[in-house]
Amino acid sequence: MALEMTTDTLSAVDTTVSAPPAVSPDGETLKMRGRDVKVFYGDKQALHGVDLDVRKNRVTALIGPSGCGKSTFLRCLNRMNDTIDICRVKGDILLDNDDIYDPRIDVVELRARVGMVFQKPNPFPKSIFENVAYGARIHGLAQSKTDLEAIVASSLQRAGLFEEVKDRLDEPGTGLSGGQQQRLCIARAIAVSPEVILMDEPCSALDPIATAKVEELIDELRQNYTIVIVTHSMQQAARVSQHTAFFHLGNLVEEGLTNDIFTNPKDQRTQDYITGRFG
Amino acid sequence: MFWTYAALLLLVFVTANVYGRFRAMQMAGNQLSALHSRPSYHGGYLAILAVLPASVLLIVWAVIEPRLLNTLVINANAQLVEGLYKPELQAFLRDARAIAFGGIVGFSDAGKEQAAEVFASLARISFYLKTTLILALVAGGLWYGNRSIHPAMRARHFVERTVMGLLILCSAVAIFTTIGIVLSLIFESLMFFRKIPIMDFVFGTHWSPQSAFEGAGADHGETNTKIFGAIPLLVGTMLITFIAIMVAAPIGLLSAIYLSDYASTPVRAIAKPVLEILAGIPTVVYGFFAALTVAPFIRGWGESIGLSVSSESALAAGLVMGIMIIPFVSSLSDDVINAVPQSLRDGSAGLGATKSETIRRVVLPAALPGIVSALILAISRAIGETMIVVMAAGLAANMTVNPLEAVTTVTVQIVTLLVGDQEFDSAKTLAAFALGLLLFCITLALNIFALRVVKKYREQYD
Repeated sequence: MALEMTTDTLSAVDTTVSAPPAVSPDGETLKMRGRDVKVFYGDKQALHGVDLDVRKNRVTALIGPSGCGKSTFLRCLNRMNDTIDICRVKGDILLDNDDIYDPRIDVVELRARVGMVFQKPNPFPKSIFENVAYGARIHGLAQSKTDLEAIVASSLQRAGLFEEVKDRLDEPGTGLSGGQQQRLCIARAIAVSPEVILMDEPCSALDPIATAKVEELIDELRQNYTIVIVTHSMQQAARVSQHTAFFHLGNLVEEGLTNDIFTNPKDQRTQDYITGRFG
Repeated sequence: MFWTYAALLLLVFVTANVYGRFRAMQMAGNQLSALHSRPSYHGGYLAILAVLPASVLLIVWAVIEPRLLNTLVINANAQLVEGLYKPELQAFLRDARAIAFGGIVGFSDAGKEQAAEVFASLARISFYLKTTLILALVAGGLWYGNRSIHPAMRARHFVERTVMGLLILCSAVAIFTTIGIVLSLIFESLMFFRKIPIMDFVFGTHWSPQSAFEGAGADHGETNTKIFGAIPLLVGTMLITFIAIMVAAPIGLLSAIYLSDYASTPVRAIAKPVLEILAGIPTVVYGFFAALTVAPFIRGWGESIGLSVSSESALAAGLVMGIMIIPFVSSLSDDVINAVPQSLRDGSAGLGATKSETIRRVVLPAALPGIVSALILAISRAIGETMIVVMAAGLAANMTVNPLEAVTTVTVQIVTLLVGDQEFDSAKTLAAFALGLLLFCITLALNIFALRVVKKYREQYD
């Protein structure tokens, strides 16, 4: 036990907890589980006890009107809320079988496993190559320069950007178009080999063509990654996701198969929102 | 007298303003919507028309009147002042004025009495003329303005154009003052370079303008051109600036990083203003801190390990100057580090980078141009700093890079050349202007360079 306490990493925790992966009633593996998640910004409560499961190799869409807490919940999943001083999180969030708010969990390792793509493309003011290599470098994933080049190339390929930028990897990432920048950010996230990718309205700053490309990409990424996406566009949620969760005023109103939510919502509020009566 | 008129014009301004509003509302039948411009613009219109021409006249009169009177008095008494030297003529006019308008008279004689009478009568004419003209301008302005107030009148355009003219005038004052200072520097320096070849000045290695020149005896009038070499001063300036930057850059930059990325809000709220208090300490206080506390300390420390340290050392001045410019570095760097978008920090954290990795690999590279320009501004500030080096660096123009010896700087030499009673046409005092020009060119070049770097930086995120 003493030995495990000294290594403050997820892998060490993994060896202590070797329960079988959690499974949903319909037999799918649950990658992440939120239990009674409450979030407070100072005195204001933003989430009122949310229970939500994220299924492995599926796209889960979080929808709801502005200020409903969907982004807040997303940011709980890789503890990005830690950077906000006044924010407190209560309840349990499990990644596989590890409680990610456990003090033994290193938040840096967590974020390597649960990557994030932001609303506005935010490439670093570095070259395209350096943008993608960044995560691999800080986590020491590449043994040599060749390794690093291979990681960058495969990440760009998976993000569907390689053909467009292969001849100008030395140019600044900020010089790309908005859609390319967002795919660069996705490539950057993939390069760390995460298990889960969180996307916070990844297409809200993009034009329809770039949006279509990113949506196509999300669908492909589902093969290898578990994806959680916050979106304001119900069409987008319907197009890319298998599961949908509807948030309203800090509560999870309804969740289920995307098809069911959009064709046969159980709650009146969901019905009103998806038919455009508010939000 | 001037101020009486100014006060009266102010009164007219306020009254015309009030009346103009009232008049406009009246013309519009108290219907605001019938007016093209709001009533206050009509008030402003009337007030400007009434007061502006009269004010211009008042100012022009105040500038011209004394000279005009002098010229007229001299012409009227040409035979009395004939053959007087300039100072004598000035004394004559001063006494005549004192007799005419009251004041302390040196000594009086018939000629001065006569001139004084001319002064008094001219002043009386001037007064009546001025009063009449001002009254006429005010009345004319009021009459014209009052007549033209009309609901459809574009009073707002007139007022705003006048205000814009006023703004241009104010900025022109600042610009022309700068140009004037630079021109005076250049002209005095040109006089200097007529005596001392510019090459001897810029590249000379010997500086001792206080010693022999305008030599005695047979050499009288000859100026030794070989003692005005500015290189030792530049070396001293650079040495002290270098030490100062070595102190200020790491301390300032690291404290900026702490303040912007690590400090909690309460700590930041206290620490940042406290750090900026350093910038508010008068440099003369830093000066005696350097001369009376730091310099003896360094000398004592040097002696204890067997080094000979002069009591006024470049090290003492440089250390204290470094402390003085810490707030420049830290405050400006803090601003540019804060200007790096939070989204970049989030992006890095989202990839699993630690805070220090984020700062080293993302924030600092992104902020680097801004940090460089902060450092350059701090350097140009250190180069131009005077008081600390006057008190702590010494006067000996040694050409050395040993920080334990006394050196002197460009600013110190300008001070010593101009302090005390000096004749302003000798090579010695003119050298101060040439040094000033040199210093100005160096700091100007640094500032332009810094501004260019900042500009490049700004384009990155917009």
